[in-house]
Amino acid sequence: MIYRRGQKVLVQGITGKQGTFWTEKMMECGTEVIGGVNPKRAGEKHLGLPVFKSAVEATKDRPCDTSVIFIPPLMAKDAIVDAIDAGIETIVVLTEHIPGHDVLQIFARLKNSNSRIVGPNTAGIVTPGEGFVGIMPGHNPSIFLPGDVGVISRSGSLGTLICLNLTRAKLGQSAFIGIGGDPIIGTTTKDALVALDKDDRTKSVVLVGEIGGAMEEEAAEYAKTMKKPVVSFIAGRSSPPGKKMGHAGAIVSGGKGGYGAKRAALEKAGVRVADTPEDVARMLVPA
Amino acid sequence: MNLEEYAAKRGVLQPAGVPTPRGMICRTPEEAADAVRNIGPAVVKAQVPAGKRGKSGGIKMADKAEDAARAAREIIGMTIGGSRVEQVLVEERCPIERELYAAVLTDVTSRSPLMLFSTEGGMDIEEVAEKNPAAIRRHAVDVNKGFSAADAAALLKGLDLGSASDAIAGILVKLYEVFSSRDAELVEINPLAVLKDGRVVALDCKFTLDDASVVRQPDLAKVGSPPEMTKLEKRGADVGLKFIQLDGNVGVLANGAGLTMTTMDVIEHFGGKPANFLEIGGEAYTKSEIALDLVLSNPGVKSLVVNFCGAFARTDVMADGVVKAWEKLKPTVPVFFSIHGTGEKEAVKLVKERLGIEPYDLMEDAVKAAVEAAK
Repeated sequence: MIYRRGQKVLVQGITGKQGTFWTEKMMECGTEVIGGVNPKRAGEKHLGLPVFKSAVEATKDRPCDTSVIFIPPLMAKDAIVDAIDAGIETIVVLTEHIPGHDVLQIFARLKNSNSRIVGPNTAGIVTPGEGFVGIMPGHNPSIFLPGDVGVISRSGSLGTLICLNLTRAKLGQSAFIGIGGDPIIGTTTKDALVALDKDDRTKSVVLVGEIGGAMEEEAAEYAKTMKKPVVSFIAGRSSPPGKKMGHAGAIVSGGKGGYGAKRAALEKAGVRVADTPEDVARMLVPA
Repeated sequence: MNLEEYAAKRGVLQPAGVPTPRGMICRTPEEAADAVRNIGPAVVKAQVPAGKRGKSGGIKMADKAEDAARAAREIIGMTIGGSRVEQVLVEERCPIERELYAAVLTDVTSRSPLMLFSTEGGMDIEEVAEKNPAAIRRHAVDVNKGFSAADAAALLKGLDLGSASDAIAGILVKLYEVFSSRDAELVEINPLAVLKDGRVVALDCKFTLDDASVVRQPDLAKVGSPPEMTKLEKRGADVGLKFIQLDGNVGVLANGAGLTMTTMDVIEHFGGKPANFLEIGGEAYTKSEIALDLVLSNPGVKSLVVNFCGAFARTDVMADGVVKAWEKLKPTVPVFFSIHGTGEKEAVKLVKERLGIEPYDLMEDAVKAAVEAAK
């Protein structure tokens, strides 16, 4: 789930408006895109890249590490299953609003496979100076700067703001991992935290959470065992309970998923929790 | 989207062959009286997509027609769980031997459907889970295999359900079929009653339709209860914008759920109160013009924060919409901008040139100024 220069990327839905726009941006940034998928335009070239009828077909005789899904919600399941069948290691699912039962079928299919899903409803993954996969401004040097801070975020927009603040404070990033705003996602906060803990280039971690679910609490258990410093910001402190705050996963219901419990769990684990996004960078700068 | 009891029974349980008591939906006391003449001693139940109807006085017994009319008169017009009661279900009163609990829901942790069964039905299941967790049996369903009669028998094994056991197992299998074929997030029967005559019937039913699957279940979407919304929230929903009206006075316009929640949090951190949540992230970023109109239509708004951090969403496109709306609406409330990310240069230039406003470099400073101005 950490992007590295040289990893080979397939774009499912490459010929669409967003697929086209972001494939160009990814390539500008150094991401190695090997081609795209659109069954209706198989055999054609798009942006100078080959278009295949399926991910299975695309990967038959060429290596591929990552696929990124630019496919509308009702068709996303078939595209993701295709990528799993192709044996692609990392599948970055940008699509929001995939029907819940399709999500359950996708995750049932994922068991006993070699694939990992990042998302759904993620903005993608970025490694400054190397490339990115998704819809993040990885090509914008005022936001992303190479360095040694690993960033995990459920939200793309807030993750962008956090990285911008780090960059302004001259705190570069080793990796940005957008995990997605849905309640059921393939890579949890803890999964991403473990990956950054094991990553040699990462010296500290910023964990950007949200109200809803229990992923931050689960990650806090792991943070207790870490030597690398972890700083966190949790969005949704002022959100009213019982309402989905834009993200399907961001809801406090039946007294669960609230801000207080997340902050307490993280602080108990030795994680410093910032009150504002700008405080995050301040907390990482040694006094 | 939630379905009221009657909609869930009629639209989901009955077509699947899960037995329910005889009942009639009534909108007036006269209709309720007629219903009791027709079906005999009954229960009159408020139809709202919320729980705790009994505790709120929304469920009453009626032996005779005049009891039903009185009950309906009292219940219709009540507000329960934020919803106004428009109709009551008048349902045959069943002599109950035993109350059970059965449900299927999407379990986030196991990323699979979870079947739940308990012999302690009729109570709030959250309470049972807390006081006596062993009383709830669970089965995580493999969606590739489904939930078979053998799975149901295994789930019920050793529970001393007597001759009702087979009927209950059959209902559990049907419940899973309904869950998976009707795109449910939750189907719950509480209580599932064993009657004195040995029949097993669903006395109540809760059904939550997955919001992302509404297009696949048009018949359920039609009978479902959309969440209670204010006029402005409804206006937002009609154009595909998630707008939540709050009681503060600092208006918020930001892109992305995470950034919008954060803007609200920072407003509170500096002693202010947000007037709304409004997300124009994802594809909605092109709707900033109508979004601004919504925020400013909220009568409580005394100042406004526009906070853009463009990733997928282009800040120049969003700023263009804001400027156009501003020139059209000519609002008098002060506005404070913070703009970063994709399209930032063009966006900042646009706001400076057309509105004569200098965006703040730090979001915190824009928020502080807006909180100050709203005092």
